[in-house]
Amino acid sequence: MGYRFELTRSKWLKALLKSRVFQPALMLVTLFFFVVAILAGFFGTPAGSHNFGIIFVWIVWWALLIIVLVPFFGRMWCTICPIPGPGEWLQRRGIIQRTPGRPRSLRWRWPRRLRNIWLQNFGFLAVAIFSTVILTRPGVTAWLLLGMMLLGVTLSIFYENRVFCRYVCPVGGFIGLYSLTSSTELRVKDVQVCREHTTKDCVIGTEHSYGCPWMVFPGNLERNTYCGLCTECLKACPKDNVALNLRPFGTDLLVAKGRSLDEAYKALIMLACALLYSGVLLGPWGWVKDWANMATLPQWAAYAAGFLAINLLVVPGLFWLTTAVARRVGQIQLPVKRLFIDYAYSLVPMGLIGWIAFSFSFVFVNGSYAVSVLSDPFGWGWDLLGTRSVPWTPLLPGLVAALQVALLLVGLVFSSIIAYRIARQHTRTDVQAWHSTLPVSAFLAGVTLVFMRLYLG
Amino acid sequence: MKRDRLLSLAPFVGLALVILLIPLPLTVKPVTHVVTMTADQFAFDPPVLRVNYGDRVRLTLQATDVVHGFYLDGYGIETRVEPGISQQIEFVADQIGKYRFRCSVSCGTLHPFMIGELVVNPNLTFARAVGLTAVILAGTLFYLRRFPPREPREHTTA
Ligand code: SF4
Ligand code: SF4
Ligand SMILES: [Cu+2]
Repeated sequence: MGYRFELTRSKWLKALLKSRVFQPALMLVTLFFFVVAILAGFFGTPAGSHNFGIIFVWIVWWALLIIVLVPFFGRMWCTICPIPGPGEWLQRRGIIQRTPGRPRSLRWRWPRRLRNIWLQNFGFLAVAIFSTVILTRPGVTAWLLLGMMLLGVTLSIFYENRVFCRYVCPVGGFIGLYSLTSSTELRVKDVQVCREHTTKDCVIGTEHSYGCPWMVFPGNLERNTYCGLCTECLKACPKDNVALNLRPFGTDLLVAKGRSLDEAYKALIMLACALLYSGVLLGPWGWVKDWANMATLPQWAAYAAGFLAINLLVVPGLFWLTTAVARRVGQIQLPVKRLFIDYAYSLVPMGLIGWIAFSFSFVFVNGSYAVSVLSDPFGWGWDLLGTRSVPWTPLLPGLVAALQVALLLVGLVFSSIIAYRIARQHTRTDVQAWHSTLPVSAFLAGVTLVFMRLYLG
Repeated sequence: MKRDRLLSLAPFVGLALVILLIPLPLTVKPVTHVVTMTADQFAFDPPVLRVNYGDRVRLTLQATDVVHGFYLDGYGIETRVEPGISQQIEFVADQIGKYRFRCSVSCGTLHPFMIGELVVNPNLTFARAVGLTAVILAGTLFYLRRFPPREPREHTTA
């Protein structure tokens, strides 16, 4: 379905992906920066703007992730993410070479009820209600990073594979969902080949590769969500049947198989959070910031309650009403819940682009801190590269608003088209589908206008 | 075929261009705003300044706790404000739209989010963005109605 360009036709790219060194090498690089971020958090200056931990995690990494990696390369961050590294290396008793035998762990069974992304939804919200504190305190950021890594290691002792990534990591949850839109995918070339290949080396592993640590069978991958692009199956497949493709943006949003309520909620939560952050962090309302910043505990509790209510009740409630209307005007026979789930995928491009627009607001303004922090990661007065005294220089402050408008409009069009194509999966005629799209488009337009009001109104 | 499709969008493109480019007269009579603004961790008071195009703004900035800064996006104005010493800034609001002013001296945890807003009316930038939203959405819906995709309907319904 649709246009594909196989990237792995390039010999050197394929060799790179198949090499056992490539991926762990990148992980070791990110692990180095990860450790520096933690150390800077614990021992560096408490002034966030001069601390490597804050600037490199919340500005540099974040911008790279949401503006470049997720939209274009899907889960590629998970290829190089250092967080699951130590746990995985412990399971494998090695970093680079394939060590013989099955990776070790106590092999507990992950509870069936948690085989979804609800934990990731709640984990993300749990981090989000503290985000004002986390984003501005290097020490808190360090604890968060360290905590995630320790949790990853702990889980890898009890459970096989990357249970942490697949079911727990609050970042992994939205990377997976937003990867549905991205322009890269890992897929098998010919499904029939997989069907007839009875040994399933990609699942079991071979003597020079591990079985899929994300508990995915590449042979029936139709969506990017849960493939962590770890490259093991590329190394395993004796039939050379695994490929990395370029493809049109948003392809997976139309795949009906696999749609579920936990993912739908993820889409709504992410959209709501992008709106809330835009208002709380970038808005002019000092009192909201004070509350979010735990000026007093009751104030923070009120803020957190409001934040959660908007995420879990208000926005989903409004969207529920929207889909109820869409069901009626489109004369669709399905239950509202089904439609609520399906239409939620049309919010994914809007949400991702909303996050990009939000990020533009501070990446351009505060990006220059990165240059000075690179020379003085701990704020101790070092001057490693001679760039320590580069002053705070906001970039393009007059242009950001125009870029944000352009982005939001792309998001609106993209999401409306997806909504219409999802509607066509449920209706008998195109006219019905079109009618059913109208309320969803109105919802999307409302979201666009709220973003615009916050950014330039 | 492809050309017909693109041509059918011409009215929307035309409308979008009109919304983007139409010059509107900015005729309100300029006045001078004399404002005393305080900066304390982590907000400016008043947080939002609303003025009209061409107005003169005379700001007296006072820091009430620690040293703060004042940087106005788009206007390139920057100053440092020490507690007890007020700073005068004067400028003519000659760019319409919303511009954020932010603290430019590291003043504590929430420093990067110490932000206020200058709104120079008529805020045509926002009005144009809203108009553009309407036209582009209408164009998208029109196009989808006229030219439904040819992909097969894969029904998830029974
Ligand atoms: S799921 Fe989370 S921990 Fe795992 S690789 Fe992705 S971002 Fe890293
Ligand atoms: S499908 Fe392949 S690349 Fe994706 S997680 Fe599994 S083994 Fe790794
Ligand atoms: Cu300040």
